Amino acid sequence: MITLLLTVALVGSNMDIILKQSVVYQVRAEITENPTISERFATVEEFDKFVQEQIDQRIQTLGLDNPWYSPQRIGFTMYKILILDFGNATFLTSDSGSSNVSDILLEKIPKTILLFTTATIIISIIGIFLGALAGSKVGSVIDRITSMFAVVSSSFPVWWIGMLMIFLFAFTYHLFPARATPSILPTEPDYILALLYHMTLPLITIVMIGFGAWAYLVRNFMVGTLQEDFITVKKAIGINKKKIIYKYALKNAAPPIITILALSLSGSLGGAIITEAVFDWPGMGRLYFEAISVMDLPIIIGATYVLTVLFLISILVADLLYGYFDPRVKTE
Amino acid sequence: MSAINSSEIKREFVRSKIGLIGIGILGSLVILSLVAVITIPIDTFKQWNNPGSWISYPKTAVPEWVNYFVVEKIPEHLIMNNPATVTKEGVITLVSQQFAIQYYYDDFPSDFIYEFNAEYSGSHLLQITVIRPDQSQLLLLSKSLPYSDTKVIHHERIFSTDSSIKKNIHLYFSEMEFYNQNTASENIIFANMDGKVLKGDYLFLMNIYSVDKKVNVTDSKLILGGKAYGMMGTDELRRDLAVGLLWGTPLALFIGIAVAVGSVIAGLIYGVYSGFKGKKTDEAMMRFNDVIYALPALPFLIILAATISNSIFLLVGFLMIFGWVGIAKVSRSMTLQIKTRQYVEASQMMGQKNSKIIFKHIIPQLLPYAFASIAISVPAAITTEAGLSFLGLGDPTFPTWGQILHDANTYGAAARGMWWWIAPPGIMIAITGLAFVFIGNALDAIINPKLRK
Repeated sequence: MITLLLTVALVGSNMDIILKQSVVYQVRAEITENPTISERFATVEEFDKFVQEQIDQRIQTLGLDNPWYSPQRIGFTMYKILILDFGNATFLTSDSGSSNVSDILLEKIPKTILLFTTATIIISIIGIFLGALAGSKVGSVIDRITSMFAVVSSSFPVWWIGMLMIFLFAFTYHLFPARATPSILPTEPDYILALLYHMTLPLITIVMIGFGAWAYLVRNFMVGTLQEDFITVKKAIGINKKKIIYKYALKNAAPPIITILALSLSGSLGGAIITEAVFDWPGMGRLYFEAISVMDLPIIIGATYVLTVLFLISILVADLLYGYFDPRVKTE
Repeated sequence: MSAINSSEIKREFVRSKIGLIGIGILGSLVILSLVAVITIPIDTFKQWNNPGSWISYPKTAVPEWVNYFVVEKIPEHLIMNNPATVTKEGVITLVSQQFAIQYYYDDFPSDFIYEFNAEYSGSHLLQITVIRPDQSQLLLLSKSLPYSDTKVIHHERIFSTDSSIKKNIHLYFSEMEFYNQNTASENIIFANMDGKVLKGDYLFLMNIYSVDKKVNVTDSKLILGGKAYGMMGTDELRRDLAVGLLWGTPLALFIGIAVAVGSVIAGLIYGVYSGFKGKKTDEAMMRFNDVIYALPALPFLIILAATISNSIFLLVGFLMIFGWVGIAKVSRSMTLQIKTRQYVEASQMMGQKNSKIIFKHIIPQLLPYAFASIAISVPAAITTEAGLSFLGLGDPTFPTWGQILHDANTYGAAARGMWWWIAPPGIMIAITGLAFVFIGNALDAIINPKLRK
């Protein structure tokens, strides 16, 4: 809620200015198209007055005479958002031509899920296993490489690696397309294949940059867990080392890992604005950026709302799962 | 987290290899920024977005050192400032500016420009002649300088695309097989009989003939447009990328360190105060913290930069808004632990002021953690700023590495194979980030002994 209020507050004033300007422009255009109107006036002053009256009248009908922070307007906006009616976008349209914000969002979300959620899942799987492996052999070559890779990869911006990947694989070796939007229409049978093919390069990039940090986190949790007494006992009993790592230690390291997984999954829905811009992937991130650059208020609000709600839901889910995996936090 | 004092940390830090590497990189970056600030005047840098000031540089030139790795030598961009001047006095005075060029490259230059200032009165004749390695001499241009009764300073640029140069070349070369009306002049002047590059020593003569009146030529410059320039090459707008990269270093360090220090201090004080006060204050402060935590950072940063201002100093402030949250949370929970220690309770009972307890007993305990988080949050600040700049929301008066990448993306550098435009800024971002990550990790390992082997 507060997020939305802030968004409205930040964008609202600019939006009003833009809308008022467009009204002025509209009135002027109508008058130039219709020369008979201007012939009716004897003096320039009278004509200007008429134009000004017209503009004021229209601003009033649109409710723009109240400032954006007036209670009626804010309340109305908030009420509409609460009932999930985002209204119509001012400038942007969906691919099918609809300017309804919900339509646009529904069109973009699946694309983002396809790319970023897939990437997040791959990253977490690689990360958990690599991390468990590295954590179980502290100080080994694998551990050192993992830690090193995590540190190095986390300091590269993903979108820059994206540019390099495009440069290498799209333009130097011509393996993958540079733009991630398929050139054929969604109705054609090969569309899914084309989409997957276009998805490869961004997917590889995101996974490559992402899994190092994951592995490092899991490794640190594992190192902590493996130092605990019950593991030592299990070792002493002589239980298979693999079984200890994957069954007992990983399960005990699970709560924080699951929290992070839930958060990164919901975070992945927002896409990465910059990564999507580099790869030209038609998802939420690019939509967001386009909406901000043309100040399309309804879309900005709609997207922020959806993302924040998803974020809060995933925090809740993460908390619940945490309680399930680690019963200690239940009793307060 | 328990009692580790500063000398112990120092001793441990010196022993950690990664930390020392980090300090080493950071040191060289600081030296690099000092070099940048001292050698490249800020005025040059302010002209970054002014195409006029880069006119004598080549367009999209590769770095010069590429020539060491390729067999076919790429012509370097030559700016010759100091010609040998020969003056012959007599009935007709001749001022001759001579530019000697050793041309041993495997490709033609892209163009040449002769630029000069002449101070004279009366009328004078300018002739441009070139003596080629095969000793043939061709007259490229013969034109009179504009007549003037009084003393004037005449500034002129003569381009290789000049129509009279073309006409003169046509006179000499029209019988040649490879000759073609559309071939650029420089591709003929530097060519042998087969139309390939003629390597050897060229001599460009810029002769000004005058009758009894003296002419004074200053700032005479011959620019032989090449396809390789400088340490880092140039971009589409002829800008020397070395200047941008060098000046990006102090800027990135400033952004990163300012944001990290600001947000860590804010978060530390907020968290410690909240944890120390406890009860309702704590509850309220932590709820506010949660609200900020739930804000999507990057979209909000974009909205802020797009609507309010994209000044670099405000951007630092915006980045701080989202930086302090995590630190506040951790320092609050640490404070909760420290608060229960006996010496804190004792000083409370003695009636010491809260502010004194916070600053004397609690914050010093958190300092190692604070330093580690400063080091760790620097890279995030730098990459976020680079990302915003990449989207075109950066401060145009202070071009950062992100903006160089933004320009590279808008001019399609990837599609045109201009690696020297894409790779170096990103590598610089990564190296700067790495330095701080190394230092942070080393500190982290010291204050969290659990992570150690």
